[in-house]
Amino acid sequence: MRKHLALCVLLIAPAAFAQAPGTNTAANENAALEQKIRDLEDRIVALEGQVRILKSQPGASAAPGVTQAQPAPAAPTPSPTSTEATAQAGVQTAPQEPVRLGGAGTAAAKALNPDISMIGDFIATTGQNHVLSAPVMEMHESELGVQAIIDPYARGDFFLSFGEEGVNLEEGFITFTALPGGIVAKAGKMRSAFGKVNTLHNHVLPWIDRPVVSGNLVGGEDGIDDAGFSVTRILPAPKGLFLEGTGQLFRGDSSDVFKSSQRSDVSVVGHLRGYGDISESTNLDLGVSYARGHNDLGSAFTTSLYGIDATLRYKPLRRAIYKSFVGRGEFIWSQRQQPVGSACLPGTCPSGIAPNFQRAFGFYTSADYQFARRWFLGGRLDRSGRARDARITDDGTSIVLTYWPSEFAQVRGQYRFTRYGAPISTLSPPGKEDANELLMQIQFSLGAHGAHPF
Amino acid sequence: MMKRLTFFGLLATLLLPSLAFAKKLIVVTSTTDLAALTQEVGGDRINVEAIARGYQDPHFVEAKPSFLLKLRNADLLVSVGLDLEIGWLPPLITQSGNGRIQRGANGYLDASQFAEILEIPQGTVTRAEGDVHPLGNPHYWLDPDNGRRLAKGIAGKLGELDPGDSSYFQQRVADFDKRLSEAEKRWDAQMLPYHGRKVVTYHRSWPNFAKHFGLDVVGYVEPRPGIPPTPSHTLDLINLMKRENVKVMLIEPYFDLKTPNSVASQTGAKVLVMTPSVGGEKGVEDYFKLFDYDLNLLKQAFDSTK
Repeated sequence: MRKHLALCVLLIAPAAFAQAPGTNTAANENAALEQKIRDLEDRIVALEGQVRILKSQPGASAAPGVTQAQPAPAAPTPSPTSTEATAQAGVQTAPQEPVRLGGAGTAAAKALNPDISMIGDFIATTGQNHVLSAPVMEMHESELGVQAIIDPYARGDFFLSFGEEGVNLEEGFITFTALPGGIVAKAGKMRSAFGKVNTLHNHVLPWIDRPVVSGNLVGGEDGIDDAGFSVTRILPAPKGLFLEGTGQLFRGDSSDVFKSSQRSDVSVVGHLRGYGDISESTNLDLGVSYARGHNDLGSAFTTSLYGIDATLRYKPLRRAIYKSFVGRGEFIWSQRQQPVGSACLPGTCPSGIAPNFQRAFGFYTSADYQFARRWFLGGRLDRSGRARDARITDDGTSIVLTYWPSEFAQVRGQYRFTRYGAPISTLSPPGKEDANELLMQIQFSLGAHGAHPF
Repeated sequence: MMKRLTFFGLLATLLLPSLAFAKKLIVVTSTTDLAALTQEVGGDRINVEAIARGYQDPHFVEAKPSFLLKLRNADLLVSVGLDLEIGWLPPLITQSGNGRIQRGANGYLDASQFAEILEIPQGTVTRAEGDVHPLGNPHYWLDPDNGRRLAKGIAGKLGELDPGDSSYFQQRVADFDKRLSEAEKRWDAQMLPYHGRKVVTYHRSWPNFAKHFGLDVVGYVEPRPGIPPTPSHTLDLINLMKRENVKVMLIEPYFDLKTPNSVASQTGAKVLVMTPSVGGEKGVEDYFKLFDYDLNLLKQAFDSTK
C-alpha cells in the first residue's frame, strides 16, 4: 500500500510542480481581468453620476456645445468643479455665442426652472363671533412659492399669497449667501425677524389662526412684513451655545403697526437669538426682539415693540417621526404714541400735538404633543391688551387636533374660545363679548416647497 | 547673539512647515456613513463630523441652529444628495454664512455622483407613489462597491482642496480599497448560501444592499415610500409573505415595531432590526463594522428560519 502511495506521489508531484507557474499566471490574469472589469464598472457609474449632476444642476447645461469643445475628463473621479471648469472653459471657447440676459436658451430653459410649489389653505368656521367674524367656508390662502439659486453667490425666494380678496406678495427677496465674515444678507420684501410667529408662514403655524397678541400688537396675519434690508450673523459665544444677531431696516409700512408718511419714516427691527442643545433630544431657543417705526398718525408719532420668545423642543432621535413636544411662548410690549383722546384723525395729526403713550402688553403660551406618527394634540392660551387702547384686554383659549395623511397634506380642527374686552366696532354695544368657535382646516402642498428655517 | 539668531532661525525653519501642515481640512457630512468614509480616506489630515446620527431617519432631521456652528467653519460639506436631505440641509446651508459650502461652490460635494443609483423612476413621477425620490433611491451607500467609489470620489475632492496632502489621501484610499476588497470577499462568501432568499423591508432603504448580497426584496411594510402602514396593505403583505414563504423582515431602527411584529406573529417571520448607517447600533463605529453587524444578523436569521 505504502509503495503504491509513494509511486503516486512520485508521478503526481513533478506534474503538480510543473503546473504551478501556469496556474499562478492564470489566476493573476483572472485577477487583472476582474480588476479591469471593476474599473470599467466604476467609470460607467462615474459617467452616469456626471450625467445626473448635469441634469440636476442648473447652470451646468448653460453652455451648449461645451462637451464638444472640451474632452471628457479622464479622471475616474469627477467632481462638480470639473463640470464648472468645463463650463467656464466652454464660455471662453465660444465667444460667438450671443449674450443673453436673464437666462439660458430654450434647450436649457427647463433645467433652469426654479422650484415651484403651491400650498392650499381651506378653512371652515362655525359657532358665533360678533366681534371678528369669518366666513363659514373660505379658500383662505393659496401660497405660490418660487425658489431657486440665482448664481454662486445668492438665492431668490418668492411667496405670493392669493387670498379671496386679491394677491399679495408675502415675501420676495434675494439672499446673499457668500458674503465675507459669515454675514447673510437679504434684500426685498420679507417677514421681519420680530419674535417667532411673525416669521412664520400660515402653513407652518401649529394652529389654524394666529395668537390674539399677533392681531392686537404685531399686525395680525400679515404682521411686520415690509420691503427693506436684513443682515444676520452668528455671533461669538461660549462653546455649545448658538448666538445670532439680526438687524433689519424697512420702508416703514407694515399692516396697522407701522406707517410711513415720508421717506425718512423707516422702521427698524432687531433680534438676538440664543440656542442651546440641552441633550440630543431637547433644546431651548430664546430670543429678544425690538421694533420701532412711525405709526398711522403721522411722522411725529412712533410705535415701539419689545418682545421675548422662548421655545422648548423635545424630539427623541430614534423615534423622531412618532413623538415630539414643543412648548412655546411670546411676550410682547407695545408702546404707541398717539394724541390724547381723538384730537386728530390718522395721518393728519400735526407734529405739535403732545403725544400720549399707550402701553399694551400681550402674550401667548402653547404646547403641542405628537402622540403618533400622524397625530398631534395642542393647546394655546392668549391674553393681550389692544395697541390703541391698552385698557381693553382680550383673552382666549384654544385646543387643536392635527392629522397628517402624509407629509404633503394636513387636516386640523381647533376649538377657540375668545373673551373680547370690548367690541371692535363702535356700532356694537359696549362690554365684554364671548365667542365660541369651531374651526376646520385642510392644507395641501403641490410641488417642491423648500424647507423653512428652524 | 549670532548663535541665538541661528538657533531661532533653524527652529523656525523646522517648525514653520509643520505649522503649515497643522491646518486640517474641516469636513461636515450629512450622514455618519459619509463621515466614516471621509475619515477612512482623510486620516489625521482632516476633522470630520456628521450632522445626522446613525439611528436617526435621515429624511427627517431637524435643522437645528447648533448645526450651523459646525457648518460655518467647514471647508467641505459632503451630502448624500438625491433629495434625501431636502427637508433640512438647504436652509442650513443658506443660513451658515459660509460661501465655501454653498451649492455649486468648491466646498460642496454631492456624493451621489460617484455611486451606482437604483430605482430611478421612469416616466412621470407623482406623489401618488408616496415620497418618491425623482432622481433615484438615495440609500446607495449600503453597497460596498459604492462605498469604494464614494471613498475615491471624496479622496479626489480632499486632494483638490488640499493639494499638499493629495498623495496622502490617494495612499489612504488605496489602503481602504485593499481592506474593503478583502472584507467584501469575506462578506460575499458569508452570504453566498443565502442568495435569492426572499425578504420584506419596512422602507425602501435596502435596494443596493439587496442587489450586492443577492437578496430578493418582495414587499414593504410601507404601502408607499414615506406612507405609514395601513390595515389593508398590512393584510396584503401578510398574504404575500405566506404565499412567497418570506421569513425575514428588515426594519430600520427608527421605525415602530408594532406593525412588523404583528405581521411576523401571523407569518412566523423573524423581525430583524438592521442598522442602515454607521452608529445606528452600539459598536457599529465604521463602514466595515456596519456590514459585519448587519450580515451577522442576517446570517443568524436565515439559519434560524430555514
